[in-house]
Amino acid sequence: MFKITPMTATVIKNLFTRKSTRPYPHVVREPFELARGELYIDINDCIFCSICERKCPSQCISVDKKKGLWTCDPFACVYCGICMGVCPTRCLHHKKTWRPVATEREMISMQGTPPKAKKKSSAGKEPEGM
Amino acid sequence: MSKTIIPFGPQHPVLPEPIHLSLTLEDEIVVEALPALGYVHRGLEKLCEIRDINQMIQVVERVCGICSKIHAQCFCLGLEKMMNVEPPPRAEYLRVVWSELHRIHSHLLWLGLFADSFGFEALFYQLWKIRERVMDINEATAGNRVIISVNVLGGVRRDLSAEQVRWITSQLNMVEQELKDLQSTILDDYTIRSRTVGKGILTREKAYELGAVGPTLRGSGVAQDCRQLGSSALKHLEFQPVVEQDGDSFARNKVRFLETLQSISLVRQALKGLPKGEIKTKFKGSPEGEAVSRVEQPRGELFYYFKANGTKNLERLRIRTPTFANIPPLAAMLPGIELADVPVIVLSIDPCISCTER
Repeated sequence: MFKITPMTATVIKNLFTRKSTRPYPHVVREPFELARGELYIDINDCIFCSICERKCPSQCISVDKKKGLWTCDPFACVYCGICMGVCPTRCLHHKKTWRPVATEREMISMQGTPPKAKKKSSAGKEPEGM
Repeated sequence: MSKTIIPFGPQHPVLPEPIHLSLTLEDEIVVEALPALGYVHRGLEKLCEIRDINQMIQVVERVCGICSKIHAQCFCLGLEKMMNVEPPPRAEYLRVVWSELHRIHSHLLWLGLFADSFGFEALFYQLWKIRERVMDINEATAGNRVIISVNVLGGVRRDLSAEQVRWITSQLNMVEQELKDLQSTILDDYTIRSRTVGKGILTREKAYELGAVGPTLRGSGVAQDCRQLGSSALKHLEFQPVVEQDGDSFARNKVRFLETLQSISLVRQALKGLPKGEIKTKFKGSPEGEAVSRVEQPRGELFYYFKANGTKNLERLRIRTPTFANIPPLAAMLPGIELADVPVIVLSIDPCISCTER
């Protein structure tokens, strides 16, 4: 015997309500204010102290103080935001949106001005507990 | 009658993760099930030797993709105990909020997969649609959807504003309403009952004897829940473990559904009683000695053992996940059932294999 299940009402209701999915990537949801998206650096503020390199749990950041080069492997980054929290000059940020899909593995390399040798000691104190 | 051995898994449509079962059959009836693991071992415990204790929080979060927050919390609780660090009350409440949100989305994920395992696709989509609200709460408050990285030794890394608290409460009200609309389907629908009632029975004595944990244990009538130990702010919140007596797949399904509603109530209580103040205690030094910590994951009791030698790296980290404890009960559930019911019963313990193999 045919029996109407309690689910039937929900299914019929769904037929006449707004779609729950969106045709991504043509329609993209507004990102949340605090979302941790792509990592970027204001390279002009960077003092190349290498704290982000040492604290990163996935070891995706490398800093070359002599050349003034900051490099991040976006495929190894886990978007935890630890580097952002430990940076003494607060020059690391997360964008609200994700990095677009890529077919080739490219590093994010930022070339800045390497600090002069005399300013080595002013690299800032390492914040604790992060 | 001659016996046939059928391999079940490691790749099977019903399994999200690889586990292999050697099923010995007599006609269509299972007489013996031998589980085999080892397909997704990553050696995360060993990483404690090269990653310091602060970096290990992000590593242990990746032990399990679904209950990542609870892994990190268990890790932090153990080390805080070893170093005598007391997190501020606000951080303890916030930890409960996020861990219960993880429990809600983990149970909703499982309920959807369970519906999918016996072909109830409409219910599967409906439950995952509800789950999206919880994922949005995670992303809006912590920054990421699943691996939210909010724990830190001595507290949490993110705070909730009054506006966010109001928004979370309104979202959870909607989740609760939508779940209650599905309650009669999940608990009374004949398609679900015909595939689950009386299937894969684990008696109370057997569950206790084999060391089952979590909803698998509570579905067999044992009222044990690690949250009763009152870690974090749970000692200030009211809740009773959800217990069912039947011990079959349906009882485990019911326990998880009712626990989802219970977790919504716990988040609400925690948000209501959220004290003001700091979210992190500052501390110095490195851990030394041994410690253990236990918390309740969506799948059951999670156990961490730590051995530290006063340096920034741990000497030994041992993680016992709930699925590891639930595999012997699974092997005891399978004999005597039909082959067609095996996928549903395997899924009824909510197996998380990458968690088990670490």
